[in-house]
Amino acid sequence: MSEAGTEPTRTEAIASSWTTAIVREVDRSTAGFVRLRLEVADRQDHVPGQHYVLRLRAPDGYTAQRSYSIASDPADPLVELMVECLPRGEVSSFLHDVVEVGDELEARGPIGRWFVWGGTTPSICVAGGSGVVPFVSMLRYARRTGTDAGLTVVASAQTRARLPYADELESAGAFIALTRENQPLPDGSERVAAHLYPEEIAALADGVERAYVCGSVGFVSFVGRILGEAGVRSDMVRVEQFGPTS
Amino acid sequence: MGITRGFTGGARRGGDTRLPPGQYDTGAGWPVLSAELTPQVDLDEWTLTVDGLVDRPTTWDWRGIHALPPSSYFGDIHCVTTWSKFDTTFSGVSVDALLQVTGVRLEATHVFATSTTGYTTNLPLSDITDGKAWIVWEFDGKPLTAEHGGPVRLLVPHLYFWKSAKWVTRLELRDHDEQGFWERNGYHDRGDPWLEQRYQGDA
Repeated sequence: MSEAGTEPTRTEAIASSWTTAIVREVDRSTAGFVRLRLEVADRQDHVPGQHYVLRLRAPDGYTAQRSYSIASDPADPLVELMVECLPRGEVSSFLHDVVEVGDELEARGPIGRWFVWGGTTPSICVAGGSGVVPFVSMLRYARRTGTDAGLTVVASAQTRARLPYADELESAGAFIALTRENQPLPDGSERVAAHLYPEEIAALADGVERAYVCGSVGFVSFVGRILGEAGVRSDMVRVEQFGPTS
Repeated sequence: MGITRGFTGGARRGGDTRLPPGQYDTGAGWPVLSAELTPQVDLDEWTLTVDGLVDRPTTWDWRGIHALPPSSYFGDIHCVTTWSKFDTTFSGVSVDALLQVTGVRLEATHVFATSTTGYTTNLPLSDITDGKAWIVWEFDGKPLTAEHGGPVRLLVPHLYFWKSAKWVTRLELRDHDEQGFWERNGYHDRGDPWLEQRYQGDA
């Protein structure tokens, strides 16, 4: 395993403290998600792939906090989070159902220096569902800095409606694989609903030096296996996974 | 900090005194979190080495470590991502039993744990001695699965769970502290959940 610090990063100050985030935009147009754009006080620049922690505080002092990947480019004046609303999600359901423009939240970040892309290492990013969020930040950064030739994003979801940022991903050249919906292709044919094929990954992973995989435990395990078949060694793979297991 | 408008606490809210601050009870679930792909470790090739500032550096294989006196932990575990899991049972051997074999040199103050994947974490020696840490291969009476660190992981349940290195293969005793993987990447050096030592910068 190599160190995360081998790439130039702009987060030299890794000690973060709690600060205030004012909600400037709330967008609930993707079913099951809420997109929040936050004005963070005393903000530190992030590296694409990092996350913020949001903390909610009840009148009696009870608090709940969760981590959310950053979707925005570091140059964006606001910090954008795309939060998936989870069943019984104490924080996510509050953000989805209650939060309004002008609300103040407690925030801490940016956090994490491992699952980050600094723009130099040729990489493939493979996301399952909401796992695409950190890769949106990487893509936005790459397009702004002209480093997008080194970044291949692959997003898998059940249906297009359940894939946040689907239009943006598509126009940025990401490969989209839907598992429960046939998908029209530019040449007039269709990609039949299916999980990612090993051949699809092999073609996209050609020549990469690193892979980022973000998704559920089962998805990460599956992608790790087909990346391995495509010649991507496990020590080249950085993982962020979520979701319960029995 | 001020109150969050409209927030009273959701379904997870327990008010349970067993929950450290900022944690919730994950119930029957056990989330899987790791920074790398899950390795498949062959038991015939598995070893655990305790070396560094010890009198007798020692490597155990699967059969050898089972010859040590068994020891179990029953209690709660706490992950920095804010879930806690109550009433877990892990079985294996106490780290004390390993150190009894190797001896500990006077100048040893810290331990640096390494996994087969290259994952590392650092701990003060006092956090893995006197019945506070285990090397475990069973969870609730069944072999520890690979995604949860099997065949063998470190268990330091009084600290956040990233300290309980999955797929552990080496404990090196040192006379100084050096940050491990997550500690270099923004997480706290010690990680006491009752003090909410989550990230670098926490007291």
